[in-house]
Amino acid sequence: MALFKSKKASISEELASQIGESQTLGVQLRRMARKNKMAVASAVFLVLLVLAAICAPILTPYDAITGDPMQRLQAPSAAHLLGTDENGRDVLTRLLYGARISLAVGVIPTLVSMVIGVILGVAAGYAGGWVDYVIMRLADVMLAFPSLLLAMVIMYTLGGGVINIFLALSLIEWASVARVARSETISLKESEYIQAAQSIGVRPMRIIWRHILPNCLPALIVLFTLNVPSAILSESSLSFLGVGVQLPNSSWGLMVNLGRQFLYNAPWISLAPSAAIMLVVLGCNFLGDGLRDALDPHLNND
Amino acid sequence: MSTLKSIAKRVLGSIPVLIGVVLVIFLILRILPGNAILSIMGEHANEETVAMVSAELGLDKPWYVQFWVYITGLLTGDMGTSIKYHRPVAELIGTYFPVTIKLSVAAALFAWIVGIVCGVISAMGKDKLADRLGMGFSLLGVSVPVFMTAMVLQFALAFKLKWLPIQGVNDGLLSYVLPAVALGWNSAGSVARLTRSTLLEVMASDYIDTARAKGRSVSGAVVFHALRNAMVPVITVMAIQISSLLSGAVITETIFSLPGIGRLAVDAINSRDVPLLQGSVIFATVLVILGNLIADCLYSVLDPRIRKEV
Repeated sequence: MALFKSKKASISEELASQIGESQTLGVQLRRMARKNKMAVASAVFLVLLVLAAICAPILTPYDAITGDPMQRLQAPSAAHLLGTDENGRDVLTRLLYGARISLAVGVIPTLVSMVIGVILGVAAGYAGGWVDYVIMRLADVMLAFPSLLLAMVIMYTLGGGVINIFLALSLIEWASVARVARSETISLKESEYIQAAQSIGVRPMRIIWRHILPNCLPALIVLFTLNVPSAILSESSLSFLGVGVQLPNSSWGLMVNLGRQFLYNAPWISLAPSAAIMLVVLGCNFLGDGLRDALDPHLNND
Repeated sequence: MSTLKSIAKRVLGSIPVLIGVVLVIFLILRILPGNAILSIMGEHANEETVAMVSAELGLDKPWYVQFWVYITGLLTGDMGTSIKYHRPVAELIGTYFPVTIKLSVAAALFAWIVGIVCGVISAMGKDKLADRLGMGFSLLGVSVPVFMTAMVLQFALAFKLKWLPIQGVNDGLLSYVLPAVALGWNSAGSVARLTRSTLLEVMASDYIDTARAKGRSVSGAVVFHALRNAMVPVITVMAIQISSLLSGAVITETIFSLPGIGRLAVDAINSRDVPLLQGSVIFATVLVILGNLIADCLYSVLDPRIRKEV
């Protein structure tokens, strides 16, 4: 009897996963690549930027930390494409090195917050009852804060620094992920193949792992591309206010912060990293829009 | 009657969130590593003074007693005393928050008017040049960091062209023009994108065809029929924007030297003034919760279907 049951379960699971969207992910991505040129261009740009940040020492002849005192506050020229800063350091070089932290802050806390948010959101959606109530009220509270102010308070207690930014942003961003994961889980829970799996006694963990998570994936990928730019903007805002990345580390936000006092005589020092942030966020948004159109038609309403 | 009932229900529902907000800020500032007293007095303060100041500020009691004292104080408008200014936090917030309100309202007006107009123009000229320009403007708006817009506007319009004041609030409403545009562009982008997509959806529905068949022009159908229904999701997003406007206000107020709540919070951090930091963040969050409540009530009035559901 037990054998019969588990065989039946695995057949139903196989069928379900064939119908499920995860199988067509590759097809959907290829369709997006054909239809949406901006999304592809953005993906290429972002990959090139990551490579440039990694290969910074090969790409630039200048040093990011020590500058040439004779070359202070030089306007953009052939030798210094984006000019030099108050210490005679090449702005483009600092931009490439700063990209390492700015991009890492975009990706790492977003991944951590996705893991936390998915665990809590799926648990809330699947379990319902008081578990759902407690988790979602907590999410409501986190989402009620203006995120920058909450991040400032957390950074105040933890102190500045890259690791603490990771922590602060992970603590803040999980709530929006949990909401999406919960609503996806609730709508999937009502679907017939999951009720079928439940009725033949498949364990909840297995249902979640095999049926619910793969079907949440498109929505989560879209959310990821939207949360990466918001994490980058949060980091740059925190560093801009002086409670984020601290010297001798450097990020784009910190470059803007330190360069702002020279805005009127050397605007390139603060405007170059600002523009870099804008381009990355723009790229992520183009990519996110493309992915949303391709993967998740019912999220089309922004 | 049913509207009143649903409003009362929403008001009651936001009370646990309010308490949660105070609790979260309280726990972060008290339980996470780092000692408020040491940060006030410096690392080298001797134990006796630390104990004395702790007792004075009530910090020697367990956190839940402090929480109870704080939250009952909040009900009577007592938010503690600022360490830096030696004045009640509530009084300081009272002097600083009108600036933030003026800035946020101006930014919201800019965002909503520009966003809705831009969204309507894009939707009506779908896939034409106007649409591309409108959506380009919106996408740039949601991607550009607030401090970049603020600095570029400050550099170009105030410093180079001298059209508008460079900082401060001494020039009346003119002082708010650049900060409001810098702060509002981001929200304008979101509102425009959403207005466009919901309007396109609504325009495809049957009753618009009916209105057109009755002889309404396309623009007449948009203004008299479609826009009202397209506004329901847009109002939700506007409410969400209140929160990001207040986040952005911190940056804008810093760049343009406006004495608002955001500046107060940054000031509190720099001078390690925990009661002031706590008070200004809680106050800003209460504004967000109130804004969401008003939006909730507003769209239950706009869309009868929502009213019935509750």
